Amino acid sequence: MNDPATRSQVLRVPALSRVEGETALHLRVHEGTVEEARLNIYEAPRFFEAFLRGRSHTEPPDLTSRICGICPIAYQLSACRALEDVCGVVVDGQLAALRRLLYCGEWIESQTLHIHLLHAPDFLGHDDVIGMSRFHPAHVERGLRLKQTGNAVVELLGGRAIHPVNVRLGGFHRTPTRAELRPLAERLRTALDDARDTLRWVAGFDFPDAECDADLLALTEPGTYAIESGTPAVLPYDRALPRRGFPLGDFSEHVTEEQVPHSTALHSRLDGRRHLTGSLARYALNGHLLSPTALEAAREAGLGAPPLTSETEDGRPGEVCRNPYRSILVRAVEVLYAVEEALRIISVYERPARPYVEAPARAGIGHGATEAPRGLLYHRYALDGEGRVTDARIVPPTAQNQGAIEEDLRRLVQAGLDRGEDSEDELTRLCERAVRNHDPCISCSAHFLELDIVRTPGPV
Amino acid sequence: MSVPTTSRPPSRPRLGVFKFASCDGCQLTLLDCEDELLGIADALEIAHFLEASGDPAPGPYDLSLVEGSVSTPEHVERLRRIRAESRHLVTIGACATAGGVQALRNYADVGEYLAAVYARPDYIETLATSTPISAHVPVDFELRGCPIDRGQLVEVITAFLAGRKPGIPNHAVCFACKRRGNVCVTVAHGTPCLGPVTHAGCGALCPTYGRGCYGCFGPAGTTNLPALVPLMHRDGMGDEDIDRFLHTFNVTAFTAVEEEGPG
Ligand code: SF4
Ligand code: SF4
Repeated sequence: MNDPATRSQVLRVPALSRVEGETALHLRVHEGTVEEARLNIYEAPRFFEAFLRGRSHTEPPDLTSRICGICPIAYQLSACRALEDVCGVVVDGQLAALRRLLYCGEWIESQTLHIHLLHAPDFLGHDDVIGMSRFHPAHVERGLRLKQTGNAVVELLGGRAIHPVNVRLGGFHRTPTRAELRPLAERLRTALDDARDTLRWVAGFDFPDAECDADLLALTEPGTYAIESGTPAVLPYDRALPRRGFPLGDFSEHVTEEQVPHSTALHSRLDGRRHLTGSLARYALNGHLLSPTALEAAREAGLGAPPLTSETEDGRPGEVCRNPYRSILVRAVEVLYAVEEALRIISVYERPARPYVEAPARAGIGHGATEAPRGLLYHRYALDGEGRVTDARIVPPTAQNQGAIEEDLRRLVQAGLDRGEDSEDELTRLCERAVRNHDPCISCSAHFLELDIVRTPGPV
Repeated sequence: MSVPTTSRPPSRPRLGVFKFASCDGCQLTLLDCEDELLGIADALEIAHFLEASGDPAPGPYDLSLVEGSVSTPEHVERLRRIRAESRHLVTIGACATAGGVQALRNYADVGEYLAAVYARPDYIETLATSTPISAHVPVDFELRGCPIDRGQLVEVITAFLAGRKPGIPNHAVCFACKRRGNVCVTVAHGTPCLGPVTHAGCGALCPTYGRGCYGCFGPAGTTNLPALVPLMHRDGMGDEDIDRFLHTFNVTAFTAVEEEGPG
């Protein structure tokens, strides 16, 4: 086992758990050097982009939500924005605020699920949340309560937590009254304390050193932490290069997809380079737009001031957190922010006169993107004059992050090998953690992590 | 590192949760049973549930919950193994029960679909159809919905533990809609609604939110589809619209009803 130079074999170890969907992992180690780390996503292809063609322009929000049960709101709202873009419709005012409220519910629910049920067991040395609950019952109960509150937001506005029915082109089928939102506000106030406690809890975890060297991509929106709308912005890894942005309509020119033989998920690149979307990218690009309390809590939890914060303007450079293990901290900050934001929206809510604005079909191409909990989710539709979809393109966050995850795997396994961690168990644990750091949602791209290590012998 | 199991009876029934082509929404419903989750984990040994738990244990399983449809050659093989290892096999959701939304391919040319999504279709292994679990192995109970309903899932697990049949009524959404006191969207607003022919379970959500039911629980036990068609025509739908309306989340199930008449 400890002399890789004399080994040539394939090792198989148990499937990767605690990710949404399933995937396999392939590692090639030659003379103690990781030569290749591949995420083999072989989720059965489900052909959404193909069968959307011929459907009416009102249908993609309900249909595409079935791509992923973990972030249906992200799919519904990215689809709505793209279709509204074709129809020349802008949804604003209280309807836009309600959409953001609904999305905050999904952020709270999904990020909390990942923090407590999927990711924290890694830091505390448990196989799963059930095992963890025996030793840390209060933390698990708080997580479940917080998740329930997120679900309650989605259920009230959407009807149910998974594949909600109330979202439609132009807004909602039915908007809530102020009185209906009141009980939600009460639960959210409890959630505010729970979110703070969660952040303090995860801040006490032990974070291994690591750095992800990908360019960071997130939507940005003037004056607010982008969630349900925005324009793509990039923070390059190379600090000598400036932060840049591009119009959403040019997304396909910048983020190109490439099919690789080992995966049903397409691999994307941003201007030819590896990139990462999601919590770390959002915090780096938009952290300065968080609420003062969320920022303060982030700093207390040990996250540096994000670049562009007011105090960094007088000289002190901000910090970009690129440690994928620390993404759990950023997620916890985002939960806190989403709870505050939900409370804010409810406090100024006035029921709009109409639940939706009419979005009559017209021929054209439209683009829509939103910040799914796992990162930027882009949709593009082409419609004919009758409102039939003639072409659909969907770029989920996991497909974009795949390259960065593989590079992370390569580095972390190499570091492990260099420390002499060479057993199947140790390597599997490292790989699983590396993948879970990114909370990949494999259902949206594609199944089943089996580690398969091929070790080839060196020259004698 | 694993934690030693504490004071539980060693012979709790063993639960397996398995996934085929799906969105993970139905198994997520199990994690969304926040109030019951730890109780379920006490009553059952969660032997295999990749989404939530590390260290999947081999069979046999006393209860297997299966999500997703069969759509690759590998699925067919894996499903047979799971069936052979499971005492009770329950399908959860429209994908597992009726092929799901991805069964839209069953009416199309999959080669052309592959070419539309992938530059190198030859890298992809897929079947030309997306079929329900029951098309391949015997199934003990089918729980419907896209997604399934949390209450119904808890009922199925409770019934299994008690050794009785799940109490899931076979009536239509209209029934639940009346009981909820909704104004009928078809009668009041001329909104097309699949409530009369759709299996109850969602609590008549769509009409409650002011829209017509879109059939995500599939056909109800006593469905008279032909009687609904003229109503949909009256409310402005053409034949093609009706066809799309019926063939979305339970594509094959409504087709079967159309072909065979009320079940
Ligand atoms: S039935 Fe619906 S919710 Fe369940 S796995 Fe299939 S697509 Fe997802
Ligand atoms: S709204 Fe739909 S489900 Fe409700 S009673 Fe009318 S037809 Fe039936």
